Amino acid sequence: MKKSYKIEVDCANCANKMEEAAKKTAGVKNAVVNFMALKMDVEFEDGADVKAVMKDVLKNCKKVEDDCEIFL
Amino acid sequence: MNRKQKKMLIRILIAAALMVVIRVLYAFLGEGEDAAIKEPFWFLMYMVPYLTVGCDILRKALKGIKNRQVFDENFLMAVATVGVIALALIKKNGDYTDGIAVMLFYQVGELFQSYAVGKSRRSISALMDIRPDYANLEKDGETEKVDPDEVEPGSIIVVKPGEKVPIDGVIIEGKTTLNTSALTGESVPREADVNDEIISGCINLTGVIRVRTTKAFGESTVSKILELVESSSSRKSRSENFISRFAKYYTPIVCFSALALALLPPVALLILGKAPKWGMWVYRALTFLVISCPCALVISIPLTFFAGIGGASRAGVLVKGSNYLEQLAKTGIVAMDKTGTMTKGVFEVYGIHHNTLDGSKLLEIAAHAECFSTHPIALSIQKAYVTGQMWGVDEATGETALLNSGSENVHSINRERVGNVEEIGGNGISAMVDGCQVLAGNARLMERYGVEYIPCHHVGTIVHVAIDGAYAGHILISDVVKPTASQAIREMHEAGIRKTVVLTGDAKAVAEAVAKDLGVDEVRAELLPADKVTAVEELLAGKSAKEVLAFVGDGINDAPVLSRADIGIAMGALGSDAAIEAADVVLMDDDPVKIAKAIRIARKCMRIVKENIIFALGVKVLCLVLGAFGIANMLMAIFADVGVMVLAVLNAIRALYADSV
Repeated sequence: MKKSYKIEVDCANCANKMEEAAKKTAGVKNAVVNFMALKMDVEFEDGADVKAVMKDVLKNCKKVEDDCEIFL
Repeated sequence: MNRKQKKMLIRILIAAALMVVIRVLYAFLGEGEDAAIKEPFWFLMYMVPYLTVGCDILRKALKGIKNRQVFDENFLMAVATVGVIALALIKKNGDYTDGIAVMLFYQVGELFQSYAVGKSRRSISALMDIRPDYANLEKDGETEKVDPDEVEPGSIIVVKPGEKVPIDGVIIEGKTTLNTSALTGESVPREADVNDEIISGCINLTGVIRVRTTKAFGESTVSKILELVESSSSRKSRSENFISRFAKYYTPIVCFSALALALLPPVALLILGKAPKWGMWVYRALTFLVISCPCALVISIPLTFFAGIGGASRAGVLVKGSNYLEQLAKTGIVAMDKTGTMTKGVFEVYGIHHNTLDGSKLLEIAAHAECFSTHPIALSIQKAYVTGQMWGVDEATGETALLNSGSENVHSINRERVGNVEEIGGNGISAMVDGCQVLAGNARLMERYGVEYIPCHHVGTIVHVAIDGAYAGHILISDVVKPTASQAIREMHEAGIRKTVVLTGDAKAVAEAVAKDLGVDEVRAELLPADKVTAVEELLAGKSAKEVLAFVGDGINDAPVLSRADIGIAMGALGSDAAIEAADVVLMDDDPVKIAKAIRIARKCMRIVKENIIFALGVKVLCLVLGAFGIANMLMAIFADVGVMVLAVLNAIRALYADSV
């Protein structure tokens, strides 16, 4: 399943870091962060609990870039 | 500027002002052995502007350490500035300005970047501002403003002048002109009358129209386009991936070189028995840290692609991802379908030959004989007559040719003049027109009635006409080449396309005639739809790996070819969902000149990407080298860093202006 989220982040490199962090989160098959459109497209593993996974994604993103936000 | 940016600007201004004040005070009160105010006080004074401008960087750096994100630009800036200030403390020279200035310029750079990116984000969304806000739904004789999403197919909506057409539909009342420029990039307004299909996203210019919707909002053209544009930049190009991989290694490499620069030379000097000059080498190493931020590169490349895709969509070229923009720029071979791409895909009367009567008269008789038929050929003859196309002898060739293409409905078909119509299976028609027996059809029809006919040497469909058993001439009908087709081929060659190939199902003679006319390099004729895939595969096999093969089609019957080619370009895609799905690049109208334009836009975008990569990397490497030898100091380093970023961002925004390409 694929879902798209609006994000808030200040710099392009930070967006890349968020992408890395999201990709490494359990339950996420693939993630693409688009800095220019301020969007994060997340592809979930089959059977993943989207809400719980996204919480982890947000937590991991906050770890690499404190000043970011994902609008869940 | 948003609130965050304004706050930052105020902090920068306050810090800069404080700096100046402290410098002036220091010059009067702080210098010399007998200064009125002594050292620790000045240090504390200087810390005020430093913390004003840099407190968030320091805070983020600490958090980064806690989260084990060491090579983070906040951390690097923090280490560099704190390091320089510490050096000044150790040396007791009271020169803290370097550290503060570096922090100040870094923040100025960040602010500019954030402002520029926000600005281009907004201007690109403004370009694609085709989303209609409401629809005037007609209900029980009254209109009501509703969300376009709520309008069901088959509803009646009213579109007033100045409003956007919210949903695809058919005009049932009214006549107007539509501005399609937001969709197609075409600035000439389009006329629309009752029964014409209109697409959402156009702007109604002149008259009030009532429209019966044919689709739901989600299925309408405007939604499809918005969806496509919005998801486009998620497909990343190789350059973008290269940059983000590069950024991942660049920062650690520079940091470790900085560490090496701080330790190795002094140690080597110690071993050689010379003075180690620790302070100097640490300063040079800190300069390295300032240059280690990859921001200029990381921001300018996606920004360029974003702007390029935005600019292209403004020109009526939808690119589905920056990877396709990159591919499009490398196109060396363009293969294209003939029907619907280079030709209009509709049959039209092309000439009248060997006529014993006046050309227009012959057409009139043929049109009447065919007036009950709905065959495409019959329709084209009727249309030619009704629109009043003028036929006469072309003095250059001696043949009857089109002298005036006509536009108004000048003639009308009077069915009362026609009787005894008999369709002769697959061969043509026999009918009484104005009391004369008229035969109109192919060669077999003529043979069947024993009429001696003159075969035509032109390519196309021939309708022979005989009146009362005597041959009266023939009408040549063929698919009409688009007026801009040969210009399109020429522009493609000028844009650096090595080879153009036409693939078609038509007979060889027809295809070759058209190809020669247009200046196409190669023709492959008599291909079934499946053969087109094979032909494209042959072309793919025959090219070098670096070169890209693009296939242009109208999306009808050629979806498999569109997806098989390196890059599939669908044209005239307004309203054709299959084409939008299968293609990588979608040309919004059916003008083939847009193919070359799309390639030029892609090339311009890639040129800017390359310029930015080379420029940003070049300046950084130069600064690293100069910094290592102590020629560039820390202020120069930060100037180079911020300056490169500003220039790279400004250069990237150029990609937005695709109109003049």
